[in-house]
Amino acid sequence: MKFNDAVFGAIFLVLGLAIVVHVQSFPAIPGQQVGPALFPGLVAAGLAVCGVLLIASGLRHRSSQPWFVAEAWTRSTRHVAGFAAVVAAVAFYIAFANTLGFLVVGPLILFGLFVMFGVRPATAALVAVVATLVIWYAFYKLLRVPLPWGVLTKFAF
Amino acid sequence: MEALATAFTMVFEPHTIVVMLGASLFGLFVGAVPGLTATMATALLVPVTFFMPPITAIAAIVTATAMAIFSGDIPGCLLRMPGTPASAAYTDESYAMTRKGQAELALGAGLVFSAIGGLFGTAVLIASAPVLADFALRFSSFEYFWLVLLGLSCAIVITSERPLKGIVSLLLGLLVACVGLDNPAGFPRFTFGSTELMGGVGLIPMMIGMFAVSEILRYAVETGPKLVIDTRPIGNVMRGMWELLKKYPMQVLRGSTLGTLVGALPGAGADIAAWMSYGISKKFSKEPEKFGTGHVEGIVESGAANNSALAGAWIPALVFGIPGDSITAIVIGVLYMKNMNPGPTLFTQNPQNIYAVYLLFIVANLIMVPLGLLCIKVAKRILTVPREILMPVILLFCIVGTFAINNTPFDVGVMLVAGLLAYVLEANGFPIAPAILGVVLGEMLEENFVTSMIKSDGSLLAFFGRPIAATLGALTLAAWFLPPIIRRLRTLAGA
Repeated sequence: MKFNDAVFGAIFLVLGLAIVVHVQSFPAIPGQQVGPALFPGLVAAGLAVCGVLLIASGLRHRSSQPWFVAEAWTRSTRHVAGFAAVVAAVAFYIAFANTLGFLVVGPLILFGLFVMFGVRPATAALVAVVATLVIWYAFYKLLRVPLPWGVLTKFAF
Repeated sequence: MEALATAFTMVFEPHTIVVMLGASLFGLFVGAVPGLTATMATALLVPVTFFMPPITAIAAIVTATAMAIFSGDIPGCLLRMPGTPASAAYTDESYAMTRKGQAELALGAGLVFSAIGGLFGTAVLIASAPVLADFALRFSSFEYFWLVLLGLSCAIVITSERPLKGIVSLLLGLLVACVGLDNPAGFPRFTFGSTELMGGVGLIPMMIGMFAVSEILRYAVETGPKLVIDTRPIGNVMRGMWELLKKYPMQVLRGSTLGTLVGALPGAGADIAAWMSYGISKKFSKEPEKFGTGHVEGIVESGAANNSALAGAWIPALVFGIPGDSITAIVIGVLYMKNMNPGPTLFTQNPQNIYAVYLLFIVANLIMVPLGLLCIKVAKRILTVPREILMPVILLFCIVGTFAINNTPFDVGVMLVAGLLAYVLEANGFPIAPAILGVVLGEMLEENFVTSMIKSDGSLLAFFGRPIAATLGALTLAAWFLPPIIRRLRTLAGA
C-alpha cells in the first residue's frame, strides 16, 4: 500500500485547512491574546504547508513514483485475508465483547486467526481455549480487570 | 544516605526481585523472536505494570528492555534476521561469523558488551541526571518551551532521511495531543461531542496500537521466505571475551559514549545508536576491509552502543519529562500514572525513587549475563516458536491490556486505529518516533508556549530574553536551519 507523496500531501493539506477553519470557532479568552485556538491552529497550518510541499515532491517524482504501488502481499489472497482478519478480530471484540462475554469472544477470535495463519484446526481449537483461559485468569482473577461475562453472566464467579 | 538505604529496601524486596526475573525472561523472549521489538515489550508490559507499585513497575520495564535489546542479537546471529531493530546494524556481520563457525564469539560479544554498555550508560545517568536536575530547577516556561521544541527538532533531524516526512509525523502527533479538555483554556477541542474524547486520546492504547498491533499487521502480510536456522550446537560463548575487551577497549568506550549521547537525544534510540556506532567503528578501524565478512569489532562497538542508549534515554526523560526514545515515551506515561511525574522536583522531593531507578539499571545489566547465557542455551527452541500461534495470542493480550487501563471498549478502538495508522504511515516512509514524541510532549509544549505568551504579553522577543532560553532558542533555530544550509553548500561545492 504505497502511495505517491502527493496523495498524502493532498490529505494533509485538506486536513490542515479543515482544522484551521474549525479552530476559528473556538472561544477567545477575555483579556488575553492566546486562546485555545492558537496552538492547534499553528500546528494545522504547518501541516497544510507540509501537505503542499509533499504534493510538489510527489509530482516532481511522478515518473519514479506511481500514484499507487501494490506490494507483493496485496496479490496474495491469503495475506490480504490475514490483514483483514486482524482488523476484523479487534472490531469483532469491540462489537460483541459486552453481549457475548470475554470467554466466548476470546476463543472465537483466536481460533479464527489461528486457522487464518495456517494452524491445524484441532490444535487451533485447543490453544484458543487454553490461551483465553490463561489471559482471563491473569487479568480477571489476578489483576481484577472487569472483563465482561456477557451471555455467561449467570455463571459468573 | 538514608534515601539510598530506602532505595535498597525498595529494590531488593522479594516482590520486586520476582517481577524482575519474570520481566527478564519476558524481555529475552520478546527480543529473541523476530518481529517483536523492545518497544513492543514495553507496551505489552504497561497494562500489567498498571497494577504494581511504582518502583516495581519501573523495574519490570528496565529489565525487560535491557534483556530484549541484547536478545535481539540472537536471531540476527543464527537466522540473519534481527530480533529487534536495534540489532539490525550488525545482523549481516554476526550471521557471517556464524557461517564461519564463530557463532559463540558473536553471541558472547553481543552479551558481554551489551552489559558493559548498559552499565556505562547507567554510570552517565547517575552522574549527569542530578546535575541537570539542579540546573533545570531554575527553568521557567521560556526555557521549557525551547527545550521541548529543541527535543522535537532533534528527533526529526536525527531520525529521518527525509525531514519533511518526519515533520508531518510530528505535527500529526501534536494534533492528537490537542484533543480533549487538557489545554490551558480548558476548552474541549476536537471531541466531536464524544465524552470519551474529553479526556484526550489515551496514550497507552495508542502506544499499544502503534507498537504492537502494527507489528501483528506487518506479520500478517509478511511474504518473505521461511527462515533457516543454523543447526550447529553452540559452545561456550564466554570464551575469548576478556581478550576482546583487551583488544578493543577504545571501541567499547567509543560505542558506549556515542550510544549514551544518541539515547539522550530525543527521538533517537538504540537502533540509531547501533547504526551510527557500526559506521564509526568501520571508519576508524585498523582493518575496515574485514567489516561485513564476519569481523567481531563492529559487533563489540555497536552492541555496547545500543544498550548504553537505553540508559541514556532515561536522562532527559527523568530530568525534563522529555523522552529520549520510544521506550521512555511509554515510560513517561507510566510515571504519570504512578504519580511519579518526571521533572527536576523528582530528584529533590523523592530522591529514594531516583536511587531505586539507578539500582534497577545496575541490577538489570548484571543479571543480564547469567540470564542471557541461559537464553542462548535455549535459543533454538525460542526461534522455532510458531509465530502463527504467538501473534494472535499477542493480539488478544493487546485487546485485554488496553481494556484494562480504563475498562472501556472505546480504548480498544483507539488501539486499532493507531495500529492501522502506524502501519500505513510506516509503509510509506513516515517515521513513527516523531509522532509519539508529539503526542507525549504536545501538552507540555502548548502549556509552556501559552504561559510564556501570557507572561510576555504576546511579544516573541521575550522568548530570547533570558540567557538560557536564548541559548536553547538559538540551538533550536540552528537545528532547523543548519542542515539544509550545509546540504546546499555541499551541492554547491560539488557542482
